[in-house]
Amino acid sequence: MSAQSKILLLDDDQDFLDLYREMLSHHLPSLPDVRVANSGARALSMLESEEYTLLIVDLNMPKMDGLQVVGIAARKYPKLRLVVLTAIREEQFRTRAYAMGVDQYWIKPESDQEIGLFMESIESLLEREAQGGFRGVQSKSLVDLIQLECLSQSSVLLKISNGIAEGRIWIQNGEVIDAEAPGLTAEPAFQRILGWKTGSFEILTADPTRDRTIFTSYQGLLLNTAQAIDEAASQTIVPTANSADAASAESRAPLLAELSQMSNIEFVLASNSEHKDSQDFWGLENPKPVGEFTRETLDNFRALGERLQVGQLQQILGTGPQRKVAVAPCGKSDLCVGFPPGLGAEQLRDTMRGILTKWAS
Amino acid sequence: MGFLSRFFKSDRANLVQLPAGSFTVDKAGKIMTSTLPQAFPVERLREIGDPVLAAFRGAERAQMPMTEIIINYSALKILARELRGGAMVFLMPQTLNHRPKKMP
Repeated sequence: MSAQSKILLLDDDQDFLDLYREMLSHHLPSLPDVRVANSGARALSMLESEEYTLLIVDLNMPKMDGLQVVGIAARKYPKLRLVVLTAIREEQFRTRAYAMGVDQYWIKPESDQEIGLFMESIESLLEREAQGGFRGVQSKSLVDLIQLECLSQSSVLLKISNGIAEGRIWIQNGEVIDAEAPGLTAEPAFQRILGWKTGSFEILTADPTRDRTIFTSYQGLLLNTAQAIDEAASQTIVPTANSADAASAESRAPLLAELSQMSNIEFVLASNSEHKDSQDFWGLENPKPVGEFTRETLDNFRALGERLQVGQLQQILGTGPQRKVAVAPCGKSDLCVGFPPGLGAEQLRDTMRGILTKWAS
Repeated sequence: MGFLSRFFKSDRANLVQLPAGSFTVDKAGKIMTSTLPQAFPVERLREIGDPVLAAFRGAERAQMPMTEIIINYSALKILARELRGGAMVFLMPQTLNHRPKKMP
């Protein structure tokens, strides 16, 4: 590890803080710098004053509870790793903590073995933070993974997800034979997937019946992809607010046209959540009130989600006599989509999932 | 740390468990009935009821009136049914091991 990791330990029990500071600072192989705070307010001011690698937080504390601290820390310091260490065993708090973005949820260890496991997991988290990479194979990039599979002449199906979109890469006897990403296939799909910086992957059983659409060697593919990523990076310009609006509107126009071709969609409205006046729509005669409804509803329920500490707002589905409506945040866009009233709930969810994937990619 | 502090913790925590249950709110935002535990603060119910009523009204202003709204969070599902200008609201906490599939 290049620099010493810094851990902030938050608990209202001073004995616990003393014990765990001693353990973490002297018994972890990376010998991190461990600081302590005995209240949420103190922890937040310490996070404000200097950069930490990891925050370990208790949930049950007076005045400001652990979930409140996690909510603020996750929003203000997206690079900070978060671990909950608590005596609370209720499943609901575990779910809420993960929904708010914590990396690990630990019940306070009660035996030497549990303490050992906890220490190992903290060390692993610090290492991962130092090295980056895809979850599942620590410190390996997606390029490394594909090279490993191809060099070992494997036949596998890699399923890769970047959180919003999902892609697949078929490897047969050490050669990449096909790839699929939202709206793309073959080599363009491969390049799109390799452009994702983080995510998770699964290695699935190979599909020998898959038709080959990629005939370039895996070394050639990786080289082409690296060039494409470099070129895209060098052409990046810093736009002004207005040109950003215009450019994003231009880039969204073909997407709206594509969505309009999907069955069961009555209208689509997309507004930029940062530039409130920027709106694109299809199938609406009077988009202004729909845009206002979308923005107000998402703002209200986002704020409610933060107050209730229940994680990210995923989507809102409304049913009315004339139509069904789905409202969802998607990256920097707020989407509102209208469906016919007779559309089944399952079909609506599937269609909406497809729209969000297309939009995100 | 003092021995007594083990038994007398000051300012007990306000960590609130989200219960499963329902409540009704009238068109003025007043909580009328509730099947939720009394320990769950009424202010929280109002905090939930207000945006629900605002969403029904906003939808009406946008000329797409709704009779039911489902709000999905990672750890909570809220189902609200329109009730003569007010609403009946169901809270369904989601956990990693169990996610109810059927709505009431």
